[in-house]
Amino acid sequence: MMKTWQAGKRLLPMTATLGLILAGCGREDLSVLRPQGPAAESSFDLMKLAITIMIVVLLIVFSIAAYVLIRFRRKPEQREIPEQVEGNFKLEVLWTVIPLILVVVLAVPTVKAVFAAGNDHSDDKNAIKVKVTGHQYWWEFEYTDYGVKTAQDLVIPAGKDIAFELSTADVLHSFWVPSLAGKMDTNPDGTINRFSFSAPNEGVYRGKCAELCGPSHGFMEFKVKSVSDAEFEQWLASMKSPAVLPEDPEIAAKFKSACLQCHAVGDQGIAMGPDLTGIGSRESVAGILLNDDTGVDGAPILDNLKTWLHDPQGVKPGNKMPDPKKDLGLTDEEIDGIAEYLAGYTLD
Amino acid sequence: MDWITTVDHKKIAILYLWAGGLFFGIGGLEAILIRIQLIKPMNTFLDAQTFNELITMHGTTMIFLGVMPVIFALMNAVIPLQIGARDVAFPFLNALGFWTFLFGGILLNLSWIMGGAPDAGWTSYTPLSTTTYSATHGVDFYTIGLQIAGLGTLIGGINFLATIITMRAPGMSYMRMPMFAWTTFITSAIILFAFPAITVGLVLLTFDRILGANFFEVGGGGNPVLWQHIFWIFGHPEVYILILPAFGIISEVIPTFARKRLFGYSSMVFATILIAFLGFMVWAHHMFTTGLGPVANALFSVSTMLIAVPTGIKIFNWLFTMWGGQVRFTTPNLFAVGFIPTFTMGGVTGVMLASAPADFQFHDTYFVVAHFHYVIVGGLVLGLFAGLHYWWPKMFGRMLDEGLGKWTFWTFIIGFHMTFFVQHFLGLMGMQRRVFTYLPNQQFDLLNLISTIGAGLMGVGMLFFLANIFLTSRKPADAADDPWEDGRTLEWTIPSPPPEYNFKQTPLVRGIDAFWKEKTAGHKGMTPSEPVGSIHMPSATILPFLMSVGIFIAGLGFMFSRDTFSSEALSFLFNNYIVTGLGLLITFGSMLMRSLYDDHGWHIEPEELEGR
Ligand code: HEM
Ligand SMILES: [Cu+2]
Repeated sequence: MMKTWQAGKRLLPMTATLGLILAGCGREDLSVLRPQGPAAESSFDLMKLAITIMIVVLLIVFSIAAYVLIRFRRKPEQREIPEQVEGNFKLEVLWTVIPLILVVVLAVPTVKAVFAAGNDHSDDKNAIKVKVTGHQYWWEFEYTDYGVKTAQDLVIPAGKDIAFELSTADVLHSFWVPSLAGKMDTNPDGTINRFSFSAPNEGVYRGKCAELCGPSHGFMEFKVKSVSDAEFEQWLASMKSPAVLPEDPEIAAKFKSACLQCHAVGDQGIAMGPDLTGIGSRESVAGILLNDDTGVDGAPILDNLKTWLHDPQGVKPGNKMPDPKKDLGLTDEEIDGIAEYLAGYTLD
Repeated sequence: MDWITTVDHKKIAILYLWAGGLFFGIGGLEAILIRIQLIKPMNTFLDAQTFNELITMHGTTMIFLGVMPVIFALMNAVIPLQIGARDVAFPFLNALGFWTFLFGGILLNLSWIMGGAPDAGWTSYTPLSTTTYSATHGVDFYTIGLQIAGLGTLIGGINFLATIITMRAPGMSYMRMPMFAWTTFITSAIILFAFPAITVGLVLLTFDRILGANFFEVGGGGNPVLWQHIFWIFGHPEVYILILPAFGIISEVIPTFARKRLFGYSSMVFATILIAFLGFMVWAHHMFTTGLGPVANALFSVSTMLIAVPTGIKIFNWLFTMWGGQVRFTTPNLFAVGFIPTFTMGGVTGVMLASAPADFQFHDTYFVVAHFHYVIVGGLVLGLFAGLHYWWPKMFGRMLDEGLGKWTFWTFIIGFHMTFFVQHFLGLMGMQRRVFTYLPNQQFDLLNLISTIGAGLMGVGMLFFLANIFLTSRKPADAADDPWEDGRTLEWTIPSPPPEYNFKQTPLVRGIDAFWKEKTAGHKGMTPSEPVGSIHMPSATILPFLMSVGIFIAGLGFMFSRDTFSSEALSFLFNNYIVTGLGLLITFGSMLMRSLYDDHGWHIEPEELEGR
């Protein structure tokens, strides 16, 4: 054990340099290389150790290869036959033992981290419990202790441990927020997974589905919004307040008859599709149409809602929502009206 | 006709090569289409469904129909020659194995024109691959096509086991066998143990889909994770079925062109066996994120890392084979030398993936795509190129052009690294795999563009190779028996291409690298171990072909047995299993013919042998 540690220590300076270089790669809210929480950091530490060892191995192999290929080229005048060496017991033992040692150096922290990651906080009184359900192609988040359900945006208090219970309503998906933690599959009943992470810094992080789940698998994205405790309490309270319905009675009637057959807002409707309560405050529409008034990363929410409602299949091929115009018989004006209502349905 | 009825291992090798080349070409086109779609964010070149069909068929085709037959081609062409045999143990079965493979492959690819290709990934994870979520016949083509093709592989594997165990020339003990023969032997053993697992899995999935069984259907008490275990218990050893023959090829090519015997022969043999053994113990490293729990994850992490040890032994032994030698950079050796660092890079990312907590981040991202392409393309495909250029004169009697060969090498390997090196970073920066497009501004754009350009360059490399084959085929077949001049093993002691009976007299083997040993002792050829005598040969027969046609028809019949057709007559034929029955009748009828009609083969008499 002592030996491993010393070998590990010698690798430290390189690990540190490497960490610095890698940390320049990718977006802070998305990249595995720029971890923003303890779970992702623990994976990243192992990665740095592994990459360091592997680069050392590669350097050795490459240098021997380069040396051999330059030094032992056949020259035109060479006629004599080189000595036929059978092998060399000592050398062969050497390159059996050194990889073994390297494996041990990597295996010990790996096993430690495996068991650390197995600790899931589901019995932790202080943890926020969230039931995550994957659907083709959207995410449902249920806060079991608070009786609140939402979709696409997972709102969490910064620094608190979140204890997840993962499952799926249809095919397998995989729940992944690269900058916060590694991924975990969502399986059907019987093989439900638990794990946990926390996000110490406030901010918005990008999440993805990482298991092929059908045509729109690549579009099954979501956001994790880490907020202050006060904001979180405020959010819970407004999620629980009664539903706000469209002011225009005609639009309200259409919204009820066409949309609330599958969706819910506040205490109304049924939650078969994504819950729409307070959708005006979300980071995205349908997970991938990013709401951004500046237009850099996406479009204003009203535009996104219109894009979605006028052609859900065009945005996310294969998704299970009926087309408002073709299947539900809404007119363009009604669709735009509903879009305006939803864009204005914000939480305070 | 000659080709349809042949049972000669050398001709079957060529059949495998053309069939493999065809499917490799299809898989390659699919890859290029995939890469064109990913060239920029939010591309609309392909739609999502087509993209998923393409990745599924690309993976399936490459692994089962593209590289496997090329491996089998080289084994068939070389193994009997290397061990001093006149054919394989069961020539009839050898032909049967080829034809079932070919018809399985054709069946699978018919899905493109018969209403939808499989779309659940080459791993076909349930529930996505059940009829509820994949309603076309795509996945049926997958299960039934692979079942039929797999039959051929299993037959071939058993045949090589029997051949190597029973037909080695006098004096060729196991520890004097060439490395390629050794890796073929171990590969065949892996096939023997791994293929039954996928056979069972495919039967269960077929039953779920066609007969409404509930092995994997959650609603009926089935378990989707069970499919993952079955698939990977086969799937991981399959990876070693692919890479071990490449190890064998490299171990033949490097000593020849370094003019030195293989360094550490016995440790190479030992490492091969160890890799095969460990290969069966590590399947769950494909399932770290499935939620198997920390104990399983820890065990599978550590056992996976251990594979690095025997693999490392091999790498250093190859490097030290060249140490003190006289290395010649012929095309086959360029590929072999290119293999070593490239494969090593794939190996080290494998060790990184083995660390489960880190794999929670790597899994199902482009990092994994990069890893397995470094191993499969940078390892196996480079190995196959080395082997093809090396043994081409033995198979066809013509040397491939060295100039074009070098062009092939440089464009292919540069294109390869361009395509796949950057994918490591894509994965680490958060790009998951199997996505048909991606949002802009995620810093994925430039790397994807580079990757696509690289793929194009690899395509150019393949074109150089095809041109080489074409131009070479128009030259006279005048290759020398030992065209590389430093051949070490038995195949280089007989004419190129070899006569139908391979060896006029079975040679006597007096040590490792038998031919080299005789050459350094000042002899021109091998000492025969028997007088010239009458040689018994098996007769050509069309039965293997017919049996495979029968299975093919039965497979199609079974697939469509629940469908309603626009024509009454067709519905009647399919729904009552009449088509299935007809196919089986052809197969079993042919088997009956084979048992009833005694075919003693024929002989080549000594006068004829001398007359040549
Ligand atoms: C021109 C050469 C090749 C290119 C450009 C290429 C490219 C690709 C791409 C873009 C993918 C999809 C990645 C994803 O799932 O998101 C892929 C998947 C795959 N490729 Fe290749 N590939 C090439 C050659 C090969 C070869 C020679 C093999 C095997 C011998 C192979 C085996 C696979 C496998 C097994 C998959 C996974 C398929 C799946 O996830 O269902 N590829 N390849
Ligand atoms: Cu998905």
